[in-house]
Amino acid sequence: MNKVSQPVFKKKVSVRNISFTFDELYLMPAIIEVKNLTKQFKDVTAVNNLSFTVNAGDVYGFLGQNGAGKSTTIRMLLTLLQPTTGSIHIFNKNLQTNRKKILTQVGAIIEKPDLYKYLTAFQNLFFFAKISGVKVLENKIMEQLEMVGLSERAHSKVKTFSQGMKQRLGIAVALIHDPELIILDEPTNGLDPQGIADVRNLIISLSKNFGKTVLVSSHLLTEIELIANRILIIDKGNKIVEGTSDELLDPAKTIVALNTLDNQSAKNKIVATQWGQYLQQSKNDTIILKFSKDRIPEFVNQLVQLNIEVLSVTPRHSLEDYFLSLTTANQHVEPVTV
Amino acid sequence: MWNLLQFELFKIFKKPRTYIAFGAIAAIILLIQIALLTNGKEYVKFMLSSLDDTLDIPYDQIRNGYWIGFAILNLLLIHVPILVALVAGDMVAGEANMGTLRLLITKPISRTNLLLTKFFACVIYTFILVVWTAFLCLVVSVLLFGTNDLVISKEFELLQIEKTDVLWRYIAAFGFGTVGLIVVASLSFLLSVLSDNSIGPIVATVAIIIVFTIMSEMQIPIYDKTVKPYLFTTHMLGWKGFFYIDSDVDGQTIKGSIQHFSSIMKSFAILIGYIFLFVSSAIIIFKKKDILS
Amino acid sequence: MKKIFVFLLLTRCFTSSSYAQNVNTILQKVKDKLNLVNDYEASGEMKTKVVFLKVPVASVKIYYKKPDKLKIKNEKGISFIPKGAVSININNVLTNNAFTILDGGIAKLGNTNVRVIKLLPEDDPDSYRDDVVLSTLYIDDNFLILKAKTTTKDNGTYELEMSYGKYAGYGLPDKVIFTFNTKDYKIPKGVTFDYSEDQKKAPDKTKARKGTIQITYKTYLINKGLSDAVFK
Repeated sequence: MNKVSQPVFKKKVSVRNISFTFDELYLMPAIIEVKNLTKQFKDVTAVNNLSFTVNAGDVYGFLGQNGAGKSTTIRMLLTLLQPTTGSIHIFNKNLQTNRKKILTQVGAIIEKPDLYKYLTAFQNLFFFAKISGVKVLENKIMEQLEMVGLSERAHSKVKTFSQGMKQRLGIAVALIHDPELIILDEPTNGLDPQGIADVRNLIISLSKNFGKTVLVSSHLLTEIELIANRILIIDKGNKIVEGTSDELLDPAKTIVALNTLDNQSAKNKIVATQWGQYLQQSKNDTIILKFSKDRIPEFVNQLVQLNIEVLSVTPRHSLEDYFLSLTTANQHVEPVTV
Repeated sequence: MWNLLQFELFKIFKKPRTYIAFGAIAAIILLIQIALLTNGKEYVKFMLSSLDDTLDIPYDQIRNGYWIGFAILNLLLIHVPILVALVAGDMVAGEANMGTLRLLITKPISRTNLLLTKFFACVIYTFILVVWTAFLCLVVSVLLFGTNDLVISKEFELLQIEKTDVLWRYIAAFGFGTVGLIVVASLSFLLSVLSDNSIGPIVATVAIIIVFTIMSEMQIPIYDKTVKPYLFTTHMLGWKGFFYIDSDVDGQTIKGSIQHFSSIMKSFAILIGYIFLFVSSAIIIFKKKDILS
Repeated sequence: MKKIFVFLLLTRCFTSSSYAQNVNTILQKVKDKLNLVNDYEASGEMKTKVVFLKVPVASVKIYYKKPDKLKIKNEKGISFIPKGAVSININNVLTNNAFTILDGGIAKLGNTNVRVIKLLPEDDPDSYRDDVVLSTLYIDDNFLILKAKTTTKDNGTYELEMSYGKYAGYGLPDKVIFTFNTKDYKIPKGVTFDYSEDQKKAPDKTKARKGTIQITYKTYLINKGLSDAVFK
């Protein structure tokens, strides 16, 4: 299941005279490496000390509610925003100093796929391919339009397109220069169920059949669950949890939320024990741990031994449950616990 | 860079807005020409009425293609800059508004290159607009009204340029005018970088030009030596300098001469300075700008 | 001393002989000469000197036909011809026969002695010259008018200075300087939008508001017969 383990070194890439060595692209598994990334807008911290790694061949799910900081992070990955602090490396190169080289190999949709309305689908694709540094042939463009089901409307102006068609054209634009890394910000927004399924299949195919690395953001866990092999959840700019979907969705690796009379001192006591290694970052006061569900009684015993006054120990059975609880937890003052 | 320039020009000339400018200029010029074809003599009389008692004025000869071309250029002083602003103000802000700017910036082009290319596309548009204006206001006027000596009415004097001495002045004036309009384009471009919708920069540019033009033209001593020499609108009129023929001590004009060539060159240098200032400011701001559109 | 005496004597003789002639006779002799010319087509160069007018030297053709038709044409371009420039042909000053002729005595123009004759036109409402109040002619010994001054009711004073050469026999000058009054040149405000790098300077109002045109004739074609159409 884990796509990281799949062999992705299928070809040596030399694209548009900008060659990435085999090492750069494939042997170094990290395609995106974000360290301590912070973005401050005046008084608001949109992204706070965020670190994560996307490996070659990953379909990396970037989950969070609207306003969680997903788009801000993605905009920093695409050089639309300047990070306040922190570093971004893509293809093992510093994004700030190797922007042009890196972006040649990146395709993206950021929020709505806005394109030139007064140009046709074909013209949009043609020129975006050109400025991405690709020599484009007409049949290549038509192929791409065929892939997203727009070949019949190739010469219609984009302003006549429905939201779904624009979204599909946006994907075609993101892929026209055959990038190694594809960043899709909420790619299923505004699509009908069939469209959503199509995009989902496309993402899976890009990863499986073409060995592309995909970072896809969504506020819907159901979307991410089905396609991502690794998932990062952020909320209010903070990383909540990161892991493989196998891990996060595995019932054996349950998320346990603990509430006590004094969470801070409880946390300090837990850190000193073997359970400390299971502690997860948590934005609010709740203590979050990650371990197999079978070990909950053992954990409760330990809490008793540590004289921790337990209010609740709540196991989460699925990532969705966890995601929902996290987001509700942050929207309300106190989490509802059993 | 070339690919991007092609793209930018393609976008400019695919936008209906672009043709508003060409259409507007054609409409204004043709209307003036029709008016002058029928009532041109009255207009010349209006301009030269104070001389009517002293001199026999050959009104019909004065109202020739060259004279009409010059009259039209005077009437277009504000219009053409507006039409330049219409496109230049849209270059960055329009894309921000449409949402395509963020896609452009994720392409492997540096922001400086992106902006310079966009600016260069504006320059090409401005140039084409000037050629179009020149064609309508000079070529069409000459075809309709023929050529003769050009009589220029200045505030305190009347200059006459022999017809064989006129054409090069027009070419030089259009060249200079293009530079003046590029200043407008670069100002509008700078404002475009600061804004996320194109109405703001367009309106702001037009407002600035109107206010500055009024200040340039008002003869108020406190502005004359303080503000006026620094206003780009003062120097944008430098194209007229090519029509200010020099004269000898006897008051006879000297063919091929210009009264204040060094002033024209100074104005030219100042305009280039403004272009440099506006464009480099735009680049500095744009490089640091967070794209939130 | 002797030399001076001879000079004074000669001068005396000259002036007395000139003076002895009746002003009517002199005027008639002038007219006789001028009457030799029925029409002419002359070409020459015209220089215009007016404070506010900067124009090139123009190649002009001047057409004249008896009794008082005159036309100045710039074949290649535009020329501003002062109103009253018809009197650059002296015939036009003299055609009106209804004068009262006054003797103005003798005067000196440069080094030349001239006879001054004043003409007071009698009322003639049909004539275009009804504007004229007084004409003063300065005539030399060869019955050539060297200078003429015309005072008008509305257009101030015109002055004409002429020098003669080849065509003196016909009373036609080689060079004419026509001086006329000008009004202030004003343009409706706000229509010029001048490029004002040159510091705008209003013309000095105390300066005499006079302009001149100077015509240097190169050739005359005399009495070849001119059609009236030329003067339209």
